[in-house]
Amino acid sequence: MAQILNVEALNISLKSDPTRFLVRDVSLQLSAGKTTCIVGESGSGKSLTALTIMGLLSEQLISTGKVAFNGVNLTELNNQEMQAVRGAEIGMIFQEPMTSLNPVLTIGYQVGEALTAHLGLKGMALKHRVESLLASVGIPAGRANSYPDELSGGQRQRVMVAMSIACEPSLLIADEPTTALDVTVQAQILALLRALKDEMQMAMLFITHDFGVVTDIADDVIVMFRGEVVEAGPKKQVLEKPQHPYTKALLACVPDAAGKKTLKPIDYAWLEQGEVA
Amino acid sequence: MQDNRQDASIILEARNLVKEYTQRSGSFGFGQSKVKALDGVSVSLKKGSTLAVVGESGSGKSTLARCLLQLQAFESGEVLFNGQSLSTLDSKQLRQMRKNLQMVFQDPFASLNPRMRVGEIVGEGLLVHGLGNQQARQEKVQQMLERVGLQAGDVKKYPHQFSGGQRQRIGIARALVLEPEVVVCDEPVSALDVSVQAQILLLLKELQQEMQLSYLFITHDLRVVRHIADDIVVMNKGQVVERGTVDAVYQSPQEAYTQALLKAIPGQG
Repeated sequence: MAQILNVEALNISLKSDPTRFLVRDVSLQLSAGKTTCIVGESGSGKSLTALTIMGLLSEQLISTGKVAFNGVNLTELNNQEMQAVRGAEIGMIFQEPMTSLNPVLTIGYQVGEALTAHLGLKGMALKHRVESLLASVGIPAGRANSYPDELSGGQRQRVMVAMSIACEPSLLIADEPTTALDVTVQAQILALLRALKDEMQMAMLFITHDFGVVTDIADDVIVMFRGEVVEAGPKKQVLEKPQHPYTKALLACVPDAAGKKTLKPIDYAWLEQGEVA
Repeated sequence: MQDNRQDASIILEARNLVKEYTQRSGSFGFGQSKVKALDGVSVSLKKGSTLAVVGESGSGKSTLARCLLQLQAFESGEVLFNGQSLSTLDSKQLRQMRKNLQMVFQDPFASLNPRMRVGEIVGEGLLVHGLGNQQARQEKVQQMLERVGLQAGDVKKYPHQFSGGQRQRIGIARALVLEPEVVVCDEPVSALDVSVQAQILLLLKELQQEMQLSYLFITHDLRVVRHIADDIVVMNKGQVVERGTVDAVYQSPQEAYTQALLKAIPGQG
């Protein structure tokens, strides 16, 4: 299977103190048509890893290591070159559909922006492409002239999905795209992402802290803890036969709808005594 | 409707609550239309138990919490605490009653005053209700902080010096320091990491046993419900669509809406 992304030995540290690592020695590979979930708690470095791949890391941070995307090392590109990749070959979806859309522009305009910028589409060709994109995410073509505040949270996230796939990227990075949504809407968006990924054979990097979502969408799982990858492998292996003590502890915290298991909070002191930190 | 006034096991009850909001509508918003946030909602909370109120955004579950605590006026219906209607109380009696009805909020970042020290935040209720002298209050606050897993020395710190989970512990200490009978928890673990969520859920369960608390637990997370609640009320568009014990509702949901909610829980393969 075609490898789309290969991250090797990624380190992220503070510019002011390069010895303080926020992310250390992260490696991951993504193939076409496959979804990898990065799971971890707040501060585990999962979002920083995604931001680095997109070239959106804050200027106060520095990264080292290799980010090879379709054979090109993204860390060697300048801003202009990176901009040509971002939004065209790499699509992005963020958590908050309320704040990631511009409230004074119609959703049709916002979906079309990337098409004009990257593919030079204009006029009727642009209009038709925008309408077909909106239709593919389940929004009627007539809503193209609506403003974000006229849509529900789920519809806004659908618009975000339409924007992210507008240029048919080979990699889609989704950072907690369903965390802010109701559970029924979440199920719809997850199903939509799965269908689009299969249809377009995209590689998807999906960041979440919800193991239920992981079960529904992942092929492979990467578990991060305090900036490091502690476990990685196929979903079934990581969820059903976790090897690392942190993965086991994290899974023991997850409430289940069957209510059969006893919740057990993570004993960080115990983890630190082991060979974790 | 069945009259529960004699039923001593019901500590908090809402009867036929109706709450309407006025919404601008029509051309240029000159018209007005009414939206019913609560459309005849009745719930009852059994003493020492946990009642989960679940529903999606806009279902009216948070409005119900605010009406129950008399933090928001409602059009009709009544709220009974220990069989007594709260609408018959004057403001002084209501203030005394509030000691027994406390709340834990969702966002531990927004619900703690950033300019107050933790000791002041947790102790404010004791001060307002004039309970104990200064030394007794201080001791009580320190005990409570230690009980929720913080340190007595934390009284001098400010909220920003704590993590999200620790702030939620402060919020719980603030609610429980008054030794209330009922605690309304509005999405208390939704903003927390799953590991912290498990800690807080277990803490709430322990405290419930120790202090014989009754919880009204508002959440959209049906996985959490299964771990904390005895009974459940499912709300949709301002109405209760299904109610029962958690086990019964999860095993055989009767309403299509409840079935859809349960089916949408992620991770069921």
